Parts: sequence; C-alpha cells; structure tokens
Amino acid sequence: MQCPKCRGNMRTYERNGVHIDQCDGCRGIFLDYGELETLTRMESQWSQQHSAPPPPPPPPPMHHGAPPAWGAPHHGHYGHHRNRSWVGMLFSS
Amino acid sequence: MSDSDDLIDELRRIAVRYGSAPAEVVPTRPDVIIVRAGAVVVKAHAPGADRAPLAERMRAVGRRALYGIMLEPVTEEVGVVEDRLVTVWPAGTPVDHSAPDAAPWEAAARLLARLHTVPVGALPPLPPAGGPARVAAMVARLRGDSAAALVVRRALACLPGAALGRAWNPLPTPAHGSSGRGSLTHGDWHMGQLVRIRGEWILIDVDDLGVGDPAWDLARPAAWFAAGLLDPEVWHRFLAAYRAEGGQAVGADGDPWERLNLPAQAMTVQLTAAAVANAEREGRPLDEVEQVLVDTCQRIVQFRSACHSVPTQ
Repeated sequence: MQCPKCRGNMRTYERNGVHIDQCDGCRGIFLDYGELETLTRMESQWSQQHSAPPPPPPPPPMHHGAPPAWGAPHHGHYGHHRNRSWVGMLFSS
Repeated sequence: MSDSDDLIDELRRIAVRYGSAPAEVVPTRPDVIIVRAGAVVVKAHAPGADRAPLAERMRAVGRRALYGIMLEPVTEEVGVVEDRLVTVWPAGTPVDHSAPDAAPWEAAARLLARLHTVPVGALPPLPPAGGPARVAAMVARLRGDSAAALVVRRALACLPGAALGRAWNPLPTPAHGSSGRGSLTHGDWHMGQLVRIRGEWILIDVDDLGVGDPAWDLARPAAWFAAGLLDPEVWHRFLAAYRAEGGQAVGADGDPWERLNLPAQAMTVQLTAAAVANAEREGRPLDEVEQVLVDTCQRIVQFRSACHSVPTQ
C-alpha cells in the first residue's frame, strides 16, 4: 500500500487490537474506519485508570467541641467558680 | 483635699446635673472612676487616655446602627476634669459577680455577633480596636524573674509580632474576607462589659471600640475554655449562640480554632501576665487558677515549636 500523502511505502502494525498503517517515509499514520473511535475509547479508559488520583480518604471527623491542641489535656478546673482570681478575670480587663 | 477628691467632687457635680439624684462612687478598676447619680453614671477614663480617639468612638456609639447593641451615651461630649477625660452614660445593672454561673453567655454572644456584622462604613471613622497591643504592654509590667514570669515572657516571644501590633504593623491582623479592612470590634470584651437596661442586656465601654479582628472579642472565653477554666458546656453555648446570630469572627461551622488560636493564645499570655503581676504585687504564691494559666502558657511555648529564642528582657 502506498502513502496517500507522499507515495511512500506503508507498513502495517497491530497494537492492542488496533490496526495501524504507518508510512516509512513521512511517518504518517492511516487509520481504518472506526479505529479513531477505538483509540479514543482506549485513551479515556487508560486515563481513568492511571491519571485520575484516587479519591482522598474522608477527613477524620472534626470534634469542633474539642479544645485546641495547646489546650488543657484533661477535663479542666472549672469547679472554681468562686475563686477570686477566676471571678476577677471574668469581670475585668 | 487631694487631687483625687477634687476630681470626684467635680464628677459628682456632673452626675447630679444629669442624674438629678445624690451621687455615689461606684467600685470599678483602679485606673477608672465612676460616679453614679440616679439613672446616670459619669466616668473618668484612665489617666493618659487620648481625647481624639475617644471623641471618635463617642460619635460612633450613638449611631442608629449600634442601637440595642452598644449603650448610647447621655451626651457625645467628652469633658475634661483634672486632666482626665470624662463621659456621661445611662446607668445599667451589671452581671452579678457573686453568681458567675448565671452570667448571660448567650445574650453576650448574640450582642457580639450583631456588633461584628455592623458595617464599618455605617459609622463615622473609627480608630483601630484595642486588644492586640495590650498583650505586650501587660507582659512588660511584670517585674520579677520568677519561673512563672519567665514562662510568660517566653510565650509572648513565641507569638507573631505583627499580629500583636508590634514591629512595623500598626494595625491588628485584618479580620476576614478580601477587604482586609477589619470589622467593628469591641476591643476589650469580658463579662464586666455588659449591663442590663430596661430588661435588655447591652454592651458597654467604648474605650477600645474600633476596627479590628473580631475574633479578639471571643479571645477571653476561648482562652478560658482552652485552659480548662471555663466549663465546656458554657463555651459551647456561647459559641453556638454567636454562630446562630450570624457572627463573623469564626465560620458558621467547621473548626473555630483556625481563627481563634492566635487571639486566644495571645489573650492567655495577657491574662497570665496580669495574674502573675497580681500575685507579685500581693507577695503571695500563685493560686490554682493562676497556675493553670501559667501551665497553659507553657503549652503554648511547646505548641509553637518553631520558637527558639528566649528573650528575658
């Protein structure tokens, strides 16, 4: 078969079920009917499998009610409701 | 007769003129004098207060946008008596100091949320809100070299200076959004900054009102909760009420500490400095609550592990 563009010799390849004719001269590729669609379908399958990152794992549940990391590690001292320093701090600058 | 007596006598005359009742001195913090006559109080602001920013705040606080949120003065006028700035206010009923458990946390949260959503542009020009600059000033008042004082100084050194109005940045951290202009902020909120008038709670004290990061208005309860001093149930009621009212200092949901960490840490340092200074002045060891604050400062130092310097000046 002759290349329709440069009249060079075309060689036939079979890759993953797709039939490709490539010109030895200009390296142009000739596809049979339906083969472009086959390639497109294979490309999208490949990119789904390889390029799309896996969905990130769901973040751990946030305990919005928890004190910050630098906060008191235990359950606190909030029994001192009449402590003079506590009341002073609560009500004044 | 001392200068202070002269000052109080003049405050009494002003109070009686507005309040039409016998005047009496109301106990308050040592740098402020408050005289009450009937339905009116006269306040002598702290010595050295600047007139211009107070005058701006007085002009703003009577505006309609703040009605029902911050107490409106009897007059916008800023008087001067014996070198002290003097303002006149309606008298309200403060939160009962002997029953801190009954404090109106939700009402306070709703008022702060409403304050924070008032557009700055709806008011006359305002100075920066107080708050951030007070942290280093309070630590600078510590005199001793006790272990507690060293921990406080170390914790201050760990905080980013720009956020505290130190160094080159004269303004607090821009509040939120892309405007970078900040929000209306009380600047010194605690449970003493709330009175009841005609059955409704309302915010008082314009001295630090201005444009800033509203998260600083939540910094005290946030710091108390983080330290383990404030009952978690109270903190959650306060935060939930703030969010339900549309407060913008923290997001409507999600982790509030993204916005609260720095103000709450800075406030912890400030409160600890004040507590250690109190104990120093009274020549006594730290009580349990004060020690809890020092321990929290120690954890702030550990948490901000990037901090290596240990200035002691």
